[in-house]
Amino acid sequence: MEMASHFEYLLRLADDRLVLGHRLSEWCGHAPILEEDIALANMALDLIGEATAFLGVAGKAEGKGRDADALAYLREAVEYRNALLVELPNGDFAVTMVRQLFFSVFALLQAEALARGTDADLAGIAAKAVKEMRYHVRHSSDWVVKLGGGTSESRARAQRAVDDLWRYTGELFLADDVDRAAAAAGIGVDPSTLESAWRGTVDDVLARASLTTPETSYMQRGGRDGRHTEHLGHMLAEMQIVARSHPGASW
Amino acid sequence: MNAAGLTPGDVLAILDEVKDPEVPVLSVVELGIVRDVQLDRGGVTVTITPTYSGCPAMRVIEEEITAALEARGLSPVSLKTVYAPAWTTEWLSDEAKKKLERYGIAPPGAARQETLITLTRSPASESPPCPYCGSRNTELRSEFGSTACKSICYCRACEQPFEAFKAL
Repeated sequence: MEMASHFEYLLRLADDRLVLGHRLSEWCGHAPILEEDIALANMALDLIGEATAFLGVAGKAEGKGRDADALAYLREAVEYRNALLVELPNGDFAVTMVRQLFFSVFALLQAEALARGTDADLAGIAAKAVKEMRYHVRHSSDWVVKLGGGTSESRARAQRAVDDLWRYTGELFLADDVDRAAAAAGIGVDPSTLESAWRGTVDDVLARASLTTPETSYMQRGGRDGRHTEHLGHMLAEMQIVARSHPGASW
Repeated sequence: MNAAGLTPGDVLAILDEVKDPEVPVLSVVELGIVRDVQLDRGGVTVTITPTYSGCPAMRVIEEEITAALEARGLSPVSLKTVYAPAWTTEWLSDEAKKKLERYGIAPPGAARQETLITLTRSPASESPPCPYCGSRNTELRSEFGSTACKSICYCRACEQPFEAFKAL
């Protein structure tokens, strides 16, 4: 597989997880209950760990001596390749959990497919991620069902979160030449092949939560090409400030 | 045997003294974090695998493995991290599980193999017996605990919260 395209593909895998992991870490100390604070921090840790592993592989594929830290801390927003969904602000707890459901069902299906790939490094990281994503899917689906079946307030907030985030889900399944090349090389997965399974699971969870799946209309896109919302730059500023202010520092 | 007069078995015995900082009752060998040991002339290469992708204890574990082996005259000590095969609690021996239980952490059950998710689950079937009083009248409070590898449970019989090692 051509290097630039290979690198690009790996960044998409890594950046979805790095950005969402950082977003979840913003809940640390602010979650509604202690157990949930711990759960969100745990999920953040899984995602950041997976991102570190994917970035390590990306750095090797690029061959310019950039390690996971260099790729995480020294890239600008336009160089990030995550989907827009994961960079959106956390909103209320319903927004965070609905987003987590949407992403982790996608990530689980994607990891299951990647684990069958021919690149041993990538397949190994993905096989590990499958186990972690099962927990994330269960946790977020539990919460969405709970919020949907809770009070009129929690139900209204959960439905609003579903309605607001829906237009960011289409981008997860958009396939371009980079995805198709990775799939053709046997190392990656064409995301468009995951959509029907994703939809089946998400519809099932929303139905159990007595929430309505929105009509699909316009879908936002741009993250895979580095065209992000204004939120990513602010997030990266906070995430990168220490590493950029003290280059090469260790502690 | 290498220049320091050690066999791979000796190295494993040394590493069996290196405890996991989060679960100090088990060694990195018992946990299955150490996957392989290769001796060369004077040094050693230890292959390790993380329990969870983001396990924050991995760096400390690497430092402690290096220190333990250097103290026994092995140099250089190099560490190699692998992700495949993915770590599983199936690697814990019955002996290791007993140690966990005596320490107050419920040992892991069989790892789940389902492909996607089960939405309808009964909390009772998900929570292990209480490590303190042995009662099965327990409930799962949260699948995420003080470390990535543990969940939080509660025993209704002795009214104690306890941690359980997650099956992975």
